[in-house]
Amino acid sequence: MNGVALRMLLGDRAKYIGLIFGIAFSTMLMSNQISIFAGLMLRTAGQILDAREADIWVMDPRVEYVDKIEPMTQMQLERVRGVNGVDWALPFFKGLTVAHTRDGILQQIILLGVDDATLAGVTPHLVLGSIDSLERPDAMIIDRAGFQFMWPGEAPSLGKIIELNDHRAVIVGISDASAPFTTYPVVYTKYSTARNYVGRTRKQLSFVLVRARAGIDAHLLAQRINAQTGLKALTWQDFTWATIEYYVKRTGIPVNFGITVVLGFIVGAAMVGQTFYIFVLENLRQFGSLKAMGVANGTILRMVLLQALVVAGIGYAIGIGLCAGFFEITSRTSINLRGFELPWQVAAGTGCTVLVIIVIASFASLRKVMVVDPAIVFRG
Amino acid sequence: MRHPPIAARCNAVTKAFPAGDGTVEVLHGIDFEMLAGELTMLVGPSGCGKTTLISIIAGILTPTTGEIEICGKPITRMSDAQKVAFRRSNIGFIFQQYNLLPALTAAENAAIPLVAAGMPMARAAGVAAMILETIGMGAHLGRLPNQLSGGQQQRVAIARALVHAPRLIVCDEPTAALDAGSGQTVLEILKRAALNPDRAVIVVTHDTRIYSFADRIVAMEDGRLAALRTSPLAHVSDVA
Repeated sequence: MNGVALRMLLGDRAKYIGLIFGIAFSTMLMSNQISIFAGLMLRTAGQILDAREADIWVMDPRVEYVDKIEPMTQMQLERVRGVNGVDWALPFFKGLTVAHTRDGILQQIILLGVDDATLAGVTPHLVLGSIDSLERPDAMIIDRAGFQFMWPGEAPSLGKIIELNDHRAVIVGISDASAPFTTYPVVYTKYSTARNYVGRTRKQLSFVLVRARAGIDAHLLAQRINAQTGLKALTWQDFTWATIEYYVKRTGIPVNFGITVVLGFIVGAAMVGQTFYIFVLENLRQFGSLKAMGVANGTILRMVLLQALVVAGIGYAIGIGLCAGFFEITSRTSINLRGFELPWQVAAGTGCTVLVIIVIASFASLRKVMVVDPAIVFRG
Repeated sequence: MRHPPIAARCNAVTKAFPAGDGTVEVLHGIDFEMLAGELTMLVGPSGCGKTTLISIIAGILTPTTGEIEICGKPITRMSDAQKVAFRRSNIGFIFQQYNLLPALTAAENAAIPLVAAGMPMARAAGVAAMILETIGMGAHLGRLPNQLSGGQQQRVAIARALVHAPRLIVCDEPTAALDAGSGQTVLEILKRAALNPDRAVIVVTHDTRIYSFADRIVAMEDGRLAALRTSPLAHVSDVA
C-alpha cells in the first residue's frame, strides 16, 4: 500500500505543492532565524575563537567577558608562567582606538596586540600577506571588512598607511578575522607596538594567553592558575560561553532576537503541523474506506507516516537549501554579513524539529482515522 | 428441495451509543437472515438505524449485544485484527459517494482490495481490468475518477467490491448520487455480476425505483425491523 499512499500524496498537485511549500518555508524560517542568532552570538566571542593556540585565557577577576578589560600589571604574566602545567603564557592586548587614513577617514578600531616573539594569538586566516610580516616596525594586519571601511571601493592591498594617536602604521596583511559584534575593524599588531599606539601606562596587560603542557587537562590547569594567582582563568570554550552569556543576559538584542527565533519556531511548527493535519483530515474518507475494506490500522499508520516523511524530507531539503543559499548570497553581497552561515547543528536541529512536528501532526490526525466513524465511510 | 446457505444472520442485535451521561439505543433486538444468492434491500426512513445495522453486519461496528454470523463465522466473537482480515477477504463495499481514490486510475481503484491483501499493484490492476471489462468499463481502465461520470465511477466501485470474490457485498445507497437511468444500470450490473450462489448482496436504499431488483426487502423503523417481503411483487408482511 506504500505506492497507493504516495499516489494519494502526489495525486493532488495543489495540496502536495502547498504542503511542500509550507514545510520548506517553515524550515527556512526556523533555520534562518536560529543561524542568524547563533552567528550574532558567535560574533561577540570572535577574538577568542580566532586565538586558537591558547587553551586558557587569564584575566583580572572582575572581567566578565572579552570586551570588558581590566588591565593587569606585567608581573601577573610572570606569576602565571610560574604555575605548574603551563607550557607557555603570553601577553595579549585588547583595546579600542581611533585610526585615520590619509584620505581623512576616521574609524574606531579594535586593536589586538600579540606577543612580539611568537606572534601567538593572531588569526591564522590571512587573505593577503603573512603573519611573520608583523615583525616589521609599525606593521599591522587588518581584517578584510576593516580594509573596506577605511578604503571604500578599493581592492585589498598591502602597504596602506594609517595613523593611530600620531603614530604611523603600515598594513602588512589582510586577514579574514571573525566578524566582531561591534563591526569595527580588527587590527593585529605586536604587543609592544600596540602599547606604543595607545600610550604606555603601568597596567596594560589585557589577557594572558596560556597553553597547557601536553597531557594536562585545561580545566584543571585553569583552576590551578586561579588558585595560585588569584586571577580568573577560563578555558577558551568557557570564556566563549561566558562572553555569549553576558550578551544574552545584559543586552536586549539577543533577547529580542530570541523572541523572533521562538516566534519563527512556533509559526513554523504551527504551519507544518496544521498543513499536514488538514491534509490527512481531507483524506479521512479515503482512509476510512480503505479501513472498511480491510486495510489494517498498522498499514494506514505506515501510509500516513510515509506521506509525512516524504513531504517532510522534500520540504526540509528545499527549505534548508534556501537557507544555505540565503547566507551564501548575503555573505557575498555584503561584507557586513560575513560570518553568518548555516551551522550543521542548526540544520540537524531543524531537521529533527520538522520530523518531530510532522510525526506529532500525523499521530494527531491518525487518531481520527483509527477510530473510523461509519458515518464518514458510508455517508457523504 | 435444497435451501441456499445462510450468508448473514443477525440474532437479537442491539446497539447503543453513549449520549451525555447515559446511552441511546438505536437498534432494538434485530433478528434476520440473508441467503446466499439473494439481493436484500434494507429500507426505511433516515435515522431508523440502517447504516448502523450494515456497519455491524460489515464488522465495522460492534453490537452492544447479540450475535452476527457471516458465512457461518461469528464475527462478533472475533478480535479487531481478525475482523479486519475477515472483511478484507469476505466483504465487498459499495458506497454512496463511490469513495474512489482520486489519484488512482479506474483499474487501480478496482484493484485496491487485492493490493490490501498483498498482491502487487500491476498484477492486481490486471485482475481488476478483467472485471471492469465484464461490466462495460473496458474503455476507461486508465481514467481517473474525475474523468468518469457518476455512473461510471459507481461501476468502478462495483468492480472494486467484486475483485476479491467476497461472500457478502454491502452497498450503501448505491444509486443516491445517480440519475434514474444510471441507477437502473448500476443495479442491473450489480444483480448480474455480483450475485451468485455463494454470494449475498445487501443494499441500503431509499430509492423506490430499484425495489424491483430485490429478492427480499427488509423495512426498518426506529431501530426495529418493521416489515419484510420476500419478493418485490409480494405484499409486505409484518414481522413485528
